[in-house]
Amino acid sequence: MSAAEEVVAEGHEAVEAVPKRAMTLGTGTSLVVLLLLVAVPLFAKNFVIFQLTQLLYLGLAVLALNILTGGSGQFSLGQSAFYAVGAYITAVMMEQFNIPYFLCLPVAGVLCFGVGFLFGQPALRLSGVYLALATFALATAMPQLLKLNFLEHWTGGVQGLVVTKPDAPFGLPMSQDMWLYYFTLAVVLAIYIFAVNLLRSRSGRAFMAIRDNEIAASAMGVNVALYKTLAFGVSAGITGIAGSLGAIAVQFVAPDSFTITLAIQLFLGMVVGGVGWLPGSIIGAAFIIFVPNIAEGISKGLSGAVFGVLLFLVIYLVPHGARQIALFAPNLLSRLTKN
Amino acid sequence: MELFTNQVLAGIATGAIYACMALAVVMIYQAIDHLNFAQGEMAMFSTFISWQLMQWGVPYWGAFAITLVLSFIGGIAIERILFKPLAKAPVLTNVAGFIALFAIINSSAGLIWDFTIKQYPTPFGSSPFLGSQLISTHQAGMIGVTVLLLLGLYFFFQYTRIGLAMRAAASVPESARLVGINTSWMIALGWGMATAIGAIAGMLIAPVVFLEPNMMGGVLIYGFAAAVLGGLTSPFGAVVGGFLVGIFENLAGTYIPGVGNELKLPIALALIISVLVVKPAGLFGRHIVKRV
Repeated sequence: MSAAEEVVAEGHEAVEAVPKRAMTLGTGTSLVVLLLLVAVPLFAKNFVIFQLTQLLYLGLAVLALNILTGGSGQFSLGQSAFYAVGAYITAVMMEQFNIPYFLCLPVAGVLCFGVGFLFGQPALRLSGVYLALATFALATAMPQLLKLNFLEHWTGGVQGLVVTKPDAPFGLPMSQDMWLYYFTLAVVLAIYIFAVNLLRSRSGRAFMAIRDNEIAASAMGVNVALYKTLAFGVSAGITGIAGSLGAIAVQFVAPDSFTITLAIQLFLGMVVGGVGWLPGSIIGAAFIIFVPNIAEGISKGLSGAVFGVLLFLVIYLVPHGARQIALFAPNLLSRLTKN
Repeated sequence: MELFTNQVLAGIATGAIYACMALAVVMIYQAIDHLNFAQGEMAMFSTFISWQLMQWGVPYWGAFAITLVLSFIGGIAIERILFKPLAKAPVLTNVAGFIALFAIINSSAGLIWDFTIKQYPTPFGSSPFLGSQLISTHQAGMIGVTVLLLLGLYFFFQYTRIGLAMRAAASVPESARLVGINTSWMIALGWGMATAIGAIAGMLIAPVVFLEPNMMGGVLIYGFAAAVLGGLTSPFGAVVGGFLVGIFENLAGTYIPGVGNELKLPIALALIISVLVVKPAGLFGRHIVKRV
């Protein structure tokens, strides 16, 4: 009796089941969004372009978390650690070994995939809040690990490293910011397409089966341990690439830029964008970049409180994140046109 | 050997802080099934209220009692106004709500009382306890209060009707409703009690870490760790977990070479995770059986 009842109580613990068709945008909408992303920098100032670049790579980091949580139902507060590893790998390779930036990205991705995959092994035994605590531990440990003395030779210790911003290749008439924006856009786009296809593939179905019901999934022959660690690995790999892009864009890495605050921001971005809805990642990233600025603008002394109130407003209006608007709007449109 | 016993004693003293906080964390987890990330900030705010009362000339125990009542009401109000509307929302949205609450409370406290560090009085005095240099009477008093609180909670949950109703509402809401328990108010009551316990924790911790809006940051992390280590379903486990984390942390700082203050936290957390990998529900937690 009690065992069965527990299930009722625990039922709402799981991440919502999002059908895979509801995870992406239609082709038409995707093309419009892409067109906007390509065209906007042509009419914007350098600072705005920098912010847009920030939007893209943070969006990528949110997307990575979304694959892990929305896809495979595992929760992580440790994304800032993978982000830091990616950022540092790129910074160290570029500055200490003079390796061109575009070669650093895949290396960072692969190494972070490895780190995430290994971290996924002990995390396998944990779920829910316990997993949250384990990943949280990773996030708090990372800045301290980066400060360790014997790594200082490469990482620059507390001081961090300065990264040079790359110039546009082939003598293209573009500012550094604009080139970096298009470079980031290309990388993010490629990974977005990869992620969409991943979730539609056999592996993606396995992730979702585990998310919806682990025991049933294993009964259907899904190798739960493998796919859970794989989800961790993929998520960490993408986060690492996001971190690399971030390091190049900000031109600086230091241990204290990758604290738990970053992990919490990525988490908020995922919730605001809609858990399990991949395009929402960009909207979530926009929230975590711009809303603190807006809050600061409304009241300097109370910026934290204003931010909290705005966040509350968002989750009251759309508890399922931006996905809710995206699903609701077409319905409303078709209803209006019918009448 | 003497170094060892001393470090263990010091660990128990700091552990008492974590135990207090962990108890509050477990209380609210029992009532609402979520970890409340804003718990530490709520405790900090309560402590500031008591400090303000004392500034206005209210004696310590008077301020203590008023703060408890206000915190209890405040906790219920927060649940009714902010979190009841989110009851149907996904879990992760609720977690985002806690983060929002954290930001709101932290920033308001900073504005009302500013960020300067304030002294906070202790009712137990701070002379050495029984001649030991490591435990002051305040820390001994803190351990005493934690144990009393734990006993009180045990009797409340085990032997009162309302305690039973709260347990029922937390573990099997549907059936609890069918036998006539107002589950929605039980949750509010859980928030109130957790806030009051948090206030006690805050007022006991403040003389040690000093009063300021960010005083709870570190403590809450250890409190969570302690609660998870002891098992989130067991208030007793939370208290034991708190003492264990305190001892872990001190021993790691003393015996593992190259571990300064900076690495204490990651090492303590790593140890806790190793324990969890072996016992996934915590040391004293109930193992939850899942049905397909």
